[in-house]
Amino acid sequence: MGKVVLKLGKDISTDDIYPGRFMATVLPTETPQFCFNDRTEFNAKLKAKAIPAGSIIVADENFGCGSSREQATSAVKGHELVVIAKSIARIFLQNSVNLGLNLIICPTIEANEGDEIEVQAGKVLNKTSGKEFKTVPLPPARQAIINAGGLIPFTRKRMLESNPR
Amino acid sequence: MGMTVVEKILAKAAGLKSVKAGDVVEPKVDLAMSHENAALVINQFKEIYEGTGREAKPWEPSNIAIIFDHRVPAEGPKTATNQKLIRNFVSQHNIEKFHDIRGDRGGICHQILPEYGYVRPGYVVVGTDSHTTSHGALGAFSFGIGATEMASVWTLGVALNVEVPPTIKVVVKGSFPKHVGPKDLILHLIGKLTAQGANFRVLEFHGKTIQKMSTSGRLAICNMSVEAGATSGIVPADEETVRYLKEEAGVKGKIECVVPDDDAVYEQIVDVDVSALAPQIACPHTVDNVKPIDQVAGKPVQQVVIGSCTNGRLDDLAAAAKIIKGKKVAQGTRMLVFPASGRVFAQALDAGYIHDFMKAGAVVMNSGCGPCLGVHQGALGDDEVALATTNRNFKGRMGNPKSEVYLCSPAVAAASAITGVITDPRKGGK
Repeated sequence: MGKVVLKLGKDISTDDIYPGRFMATVLPTETPQFCFNDRTEFNAKLKAKAIPAGSIIVADENFGCGSSREQATSAVKGHELVVIAKSIARIFLQNSVNLGLNLIICPTIEANEGDEIEVQAGKVLNKTSGKEFKTVPLPPARQAIINAGGLIPFTRKRMLESNPR
Repeated sequence: MGMTVVEKILAKAAGLKSVKAGDVVEPKVDLAMSHENAALVINQFKEIYEGTGREAKPWEPSNIAIIFDHRVPAEGPKTATNQKLIRNFVSQHNIEKFHDIRGDRGGICHQILPEYGYVRPGYVVVGTDSHTTSHGALGAFSFGIGATEMASVWTLGVALNVEVPPTIKVVVKGSFPKHVGPKDLILHLIGKLTAQGANFRVLEFHGKTIQKMSTSGRLAICNMSVEAGATSGIVPADEETVRYLKEEAGVKGKIECVVPDDDAVYEQIVDVDVSALAPQIACPHTVDNVKPIDQVAGKPVQQVVIGSCTNGRLDDLAAAAKIIKGKKVAQGTRMLVFPASGRVFAQALDAGYIHDFMKAGAVVMNSGCGPCLGVHQGALGDDEVALATTNRNFKGRMGNPKSEVYLCSPAVAAASAITGVITDPRKGGK
């Protein structure tokens, strides 16, 4: 269970999640400080560790559109936030699967900041409004990467199964 | 059942007879491109090998391209150190398709790849940059990926778990009116499809207008296909593709064109007629907020930017120079020009365009991504407005969340630089 800490509209770009001017910073250990940097108040709360792990960002359609910058994913992942969006842009979705960011596609989600949300198999419960919403499973090919713990362990295993060079 | 171009490319690259939309395949990668974010790719690549006892060596150095363009020359010590780290990796692994910060062979990755003939029809191209969609202009299946996925490609030589995307066929007819071109077409199309209308899909371009379009124009439309969410844009290779690769990219030998089957299955067919198209403007803060120019003409702009991987090619500079030659950039407006590559810069010098720009009062900058994404030069002040031939107008894109960015063609940008307000080049300024 987690609380909705940020409610966003549609077409939230990676420039919003992680502004381009911080792109010289690349390491997942360093990117979280710039997470939603220009949403000053939210960023300040993140940096003050005032937002507990498992807290939820709710977004409308096309979350994460724009650039392929993986910093956008690692910054959100670094704070262990969960993203529930009506739909997600392709590269951001793929990056999230690869890095293990908890991403839930829920086309009908209705929630406000402060609502308590519980994610269950196949659905999302809004404990505050008492409503529940169906989720869309990720394509099975992507699920395999999640099950392996992300793309790095998945690739490592494949590499080790191949003939040594 | 017939196949689309991308289905044909993926079937071949995955060693299959045929594939259809929704299949999951592992295509071999012909070209894997990165820019400064190779620093992160290298980090992730080493992590894959961590503790395995195997040496971290890329699967095939000749299939890897690294081009410095995002922050060139480096804007600070962090970037400079990342670039140094990448240079070391490049020389350690003999990566020959490496373009450092140079005035001759440097430039923006999405211009360098076509210019040097690194992309061929039928190739599978991946790049750690969302505008990797550009290279569909040469009949390749080319798409953006993240850095960790690139590290996986460097390790295995394949793109893992690629779902064959459904294809939207875009059929374009009509001749462009004067001062209207490929950029107006793609902005119009993005407005029509919306920012997510092609998410997880391919845009395959057809029609007389596309057949007659130069590779430069095709690069612009494929480049911005991602702004409709597309995995890739693609123009099936034809005579123009072969001409470009042989004459402009110096490619020798046979070039095989991959074309779709007549009975290929498309998810949707979109028809566009450009014969009455007006110059298009994408208004803040989404690329699909597109309006014909008459609805925004007169808006004051403090910065005009011409360049980028979308519109920094020779014909773009020519269109702008033709309008600005002999005129002056308006007081209160700054004009920045950044050619797409060192070669384009040199050609523009020879053609006199650079002289025209500078005499008009424009600042001509070195090739690079520069102002487009607010990482390096050309940042906007609070409440300032920019008009740019670049590809994104997201809030904060040009380095300041309190500013606005409008997107347009080179002709509109040049006409507006003279007046200081958004100006229809068909009507001219004061």
